[in-house]
Formats: sequence, C-alpha cells, structure tokens
Amino acid sequence: MANDTPVKNRDIQAKQWNLGIEIMVIVAIALLTIFLVPPALTAIGQAFRIKLLGRFLSLAIVALGIDLIWGYTGLLSLGHGLFFALGGYAFAMYLQLQLPPGQLPEFFMLFGVEDLPSFWQPFYSFPFTIAAVLIVPTLVAAILGYLVFRNRIRGVYFSILSQAALIVFFNFFNGQQKLINGTNGLKTDTTFLFGTQVSDPRVQSFFYILTVILLALAYLLCRWLTSGRFGRLLVAIRDDESRVRFSGYNPTSYKVVVFAVSALLAGVAGALYTVQSGIISPKSMDIAFSIEMVIWVAVGGRGTLIGAIIGTLLVNFAKSILSEQFPQIWLFFQGALFLVIVMVLPDGFVGWLKNNPLDQFRTLIGKPKLITTYPQLESDPVILEERNSLERDIDR
Amino acid sequence: MKETLTANIMTKILEIQNLTVSFDGFKALKHLNFSMNEGELRVVIGPNGAGKTTFLDVITGKVQPTEGRALFKQKNLRSLAEHQIARMGIGRKFQTPRVYLNLTPRENLELSCNRTKGVFDTLFGKPSKGERKTVSGLLETIGLTTKADIQASLLSHGEKQRLEIGMLVAQSPTLLLVDEPVAGLTDEETYQVGELLIALAQTHSILVIEHDMEFVRQIARQVTVLHEGTVLFEGTMDEVQNDQRVIDVYLGQSTNSTEGAS
Repeated sequence: MANDTPVKNRDIQAKQWNLGIEIMVIVAIALLTIFLVPPALTAIGQAFRIKLLGRFLSLAIVALGIDLIWGYTGLLSLGHGLFFALGGYAFAMYLQLQLPPGQLPEFFMLFGVEDLPSFWQPFYSFPFTIAAVLIVPTLVAAILGYLVFRNRIRGVYFSILSQAALIVFFNFFNGQQKLINGTNGLKTDTTFLFGTQVSDPRVQSFFYILTVILLALAYLLCRWLTSGRFGRLLVAIRDDESRVRFSGYNPTSYKVVVFAVSALLAGVAGALYTVQSGIISPKSMDIAFSIEMVIWVAVGGRGTLIGAIIGTLLVNFAKSILSEQFPQIWLFFQGALFLVIVMVLPDGFVGWLKNNPLDQFRTLIGKPKLITTYPQLESDPVILEERNSLERDIDR
Repeated sequence: MKETLTANIMTKILEIQNLTVSFDGFKALKHLNFSMNEGELRVVIGPNGAGKTTFLDVITGKVQPTEGRALFKQKNLRSLAEHQIARMGIGRKFQTPRVYLNLTPRENLELSCNRTKGVFDTLFGKPSKGERKTVSGLLETIGLTTKADIQASLLSHGEKQRLEIGMLVAQSPTLLLVDEPVAGLTDEETYQVGELLIALAQTHSILVIEHDMEFVRQIARQVTVLHEGTVLFEGTMDEVQNDQRVIDVYLGQSTNSTEGAS
C-alpha cells in the first residue's frame, strides 16, 4: 500500500503527458489539412479534390458518431441518415430564405404556395438555425432512444427499428412537395450567405476550414467521452448490459445520452456536407447511405475513433476514384470490400495496425513475438534467473 | 435460549412471503416462505431445478413474482427495476463469473465502486481519493494487486470469480447474493473463496446458493434446502445431513418412498 501512491501519480502524469501529445498531434494534422493540403492538391492539378475532401471530412464526423454508438456501446444504428438529413435540411432552409424581402424560395411558386409555411418562419434567424442544426437531431434521437431503450430493445431489433424510423422520415420528406420540395430537395449553391453566393470559392474554403476544425473538436469530444469512467461504462454496457444493471447503473439513460450525442454529430455533419455539396434531398435518407456509414467505421476499425475518420476517407476516395474510371463497378467493389474486411480484418485497418504489425516487424528482425503474460511472471526472480541462464546457453 | 432472544431482536433483512413464480403455467417457485436475519450467512442448497436461481431473480428484480412478495428491510421489492434494487443495497454474483472482460480488474472495481451512478455524475465526476483507496484495498483482499492493470479476459476462472466477488463488495451492499461461487474451481481455490465469504460475513448479510457439499460444510451455519420450488427443510448442517427427506431428495429416491418418509 505504501508504494501505491507514487505509482498512481506517475500513471496520472503519463496520462496527462499522452493527452498533451495527442492534442498537439491533432492540432498539427488539422493545420496541415487546412494550410498544406489544398495548395498541394492544386499544385498537382487536382484542385477539385479539395472540395471532395471537405465533404468527406464532414462525413467523417458522422462516422465518429457511429463509432461512439456502435463501436463503444454496441448499438448498431442503421438509421443515422435521418439525423444527417435533419441537420442538412435545417441549414438549407436558412440559406433558401436569404432572399430580398417579400420573395419566397423558388420552388414554392412551382407548387402554387403563396405564404411561407409557418415552420419555415424561425429559419430567417441565423442563431435559431444553428440551434436547430444542433438541437433537432439530438432531440429526435433522445426521444426515439428513450422509447426504444426503456423497453429494452436491443441488438437486431434496435437496428431494424432505426431503419424503420429512417423510412418514416424519408417518406414524409419525399412526399411533402409543398412544404420542403419533396424529392428534389433543397438547393444551396445558388443561395447567399452573408451576401456572398454559397458556391463562391471563398465561402467554400471557409466551410472547408470550418469542417476541419469541427472534425477535430468532434474527435476530442469523443475521446473525452470514451476515455474516463463514462467510456468504460459504455464498454461495460456493450459487453454485459444486465451486469451493469445489477451494479446499480441504469443503462437506459447512458444509451440515450450516447445516441443523442451521435445524432448531434450527424446533424452537424449534415449541415456541413450540404453546403459543400450544394444540395440536400431525401436521398440522404436512403437506407443504403446509412449502411455505408457503418461500412466506413467497419473498414477503419470500430471502437478506435481514429479508424472511423480513416475509414471514411479511404472508402470515399476509393469510391470517387474508382467510379471515375469504372462508373458501373463501384457497388460491386463496395460489397467486396465489406466482405474482405469482415473476413480478413474483423477489427478494421486501425485495429489490425494496433495488434499485428509490431509482431510481424519483430519476426522480421529476428526477435520473438511479444507475448502477453501475467506481470508477476515478468518480475518473478526464479523465472528471470531461469530465462537469463537459458539465454546464456543460447549465446554459447 | 440467549441466542433465540437475540435472533428475535435482530431485524429481518430479507423476508419472502408466500412467493409463487410461474412461467407459462410452470411453477418455478410454489408458495415459498423464507426469511433471513441481518448479519446472517445463509446457504441455500437443493437439487437441479429446485428454483434456486429463480429465487435470486425475484429478489434482484429480474423476474416479477406471480403471487406473494419479497421484502428487503421491510420494503416491498415489487415493480422496482434491477438498478434500483442494487442501489438499495443488494449485490448479486452470478453463476458464471460476469466481469467486464475488456476492462482491467481495477476498472471493473472502479465502476462498481462509483457512488454516484447517474449519467452526468459519471461523466463529469472523477473517482474520489477514497474510492481509489477502496479499490486498491479490495484488489489486495481478492489477491489481484499484481494483475490489476491487465485485461480481465486474461484472468483465470478462479481469479474472475474472486474479481466478481470484489465487484460485489465494492458496491458496498448490505445483502450479498452469491450464486454457486465455487462452480469449476479447484479445491484450493474453493477453500480461498470460502475463507473470503466467511471474512465478508462479519460485515455483510450473505445468501449463498451452492451445490458443493464440502464447501457448504466449510462456510455454513444455517442451511435451507429447496425442493421443487418450496422450502423442504431448514436447520444446521448436521441436522440437514441427518434428515431423511433431504437424503431422499438428494439421493433421488422414488416419489413414493419420499412421501412415506415424510
């Protein structure tokens, strides 16, 4: 007991030190992505990829949310497109309303709507819009989550329910032409933000930078959530929920909070993606799109956070490059990729990197693999003596 | 005489009155009556299918009784959720060790030790100094200090059993429910667990469910025998071993001769 405290302190110091390094690395990567990557891409004549990168980085924010709820808490949501679209629509509605006084967004004329529907009114206000982007997806997720988790719906049933909710919203948005332009969705690239057209390069590069910053913040938020006691409880819920109950915790409230946070991230991502791609439509509530999000996380490695970001970028750039070359082939490739990942790298790329290459590297340089043993074995004097004498024998 | 007097003064920590649980018509427990004093170490034995685990399920809120009631410190447990019952001070250890395999023993204990179990308290609060001390003290008690920071999945079966008992104690419950703590352990490990339970019994009320007669003899003072969902016999270990009905049930004699004996 006496020498317990200094060890503890050293542990804490090491943790703080690691956290410091990690934050510095994140800031450095963010700065590189902001200042170095765009000129570099322009220099090699790939300037259009900057815009793609911006979009993919915003998708990485959703992927972080999926990792939080699936990788850590074990709830496979196949309906995150819903929260993504809610964020996107909220921001697009604000942009649509940036018109001279008295005018209505164009599509309303097509359907003969003369008065602005009342739920559009508050979207004249910028602060309200930002609040809506953040709060609407969070609230929808919290209510949905509360009903589902309180009734102890888990596993496959949760996944099916998340898809069902997605379809309900999809049909609603798809059918309401007079309210939100139905299938066509809301265009944002011809609208104005603070007097400048949204498709203007200056606005776009502003959103690129904003995306990088928000992604870094989202990553830090997820790191904070998953590192402490809260994060360990999420893992505990994933591994053995009823044990958690008998330890006196109510898993329902934890799951609701995590589900809401992941929806919040999806909403932010939706808004960022919308301005950078120029349109939000019910297509973003396609079931396929929500499943794709899960694939990104699976490819990168679940329960790793950084894997979610890497997976998103990897899959999406592969998609854009492959579909330029072979327009028809992408879906087959995506299916194959998922199969390969599930069968060969079940922990995803990052999970694989974490576990294996070190061992492989050690075999390469002729050293034995590291074996996990009980710490007491490593410090047991008898065993140490035996091992040393063995090594002496080998040397001779 | 003096003993019975104190027993009467002592409050009942657990009282089960006329409890029936039926699953689709099958009665796992039939009009069961049972009570336990504060500070008691009680062992419940009984052949397979006697309803021992269902009995614990009712107390911990996993199963709702069809009839009758379970009282903990005179409070009815009906319609309380598992986590509420756990917070009232009932801890449960499962038959197979249920620890969080992806966390270390220290983290396992810290989660159970946490006093404020709300979402935001857990999110924003840090383990207090007292809690950290309790955890390292417990690690020592269950003999896992050297393995405190490796993944729990690397522990042996016996170590996991001890870790789970440690998690239980970390909750600081007043009543421990322990379901077959020595299943699959070696003789030496069984003995260690027995000593651990006896030590814990000085500060807790403990209800142990067990099959292993050797182990029961080591720890038991008062034994309750369950059979087909009701209490068959209650008494000291010697009385239990000499009771004809218990012998019949355990030796699996035909129903006729059981009836004849009783």
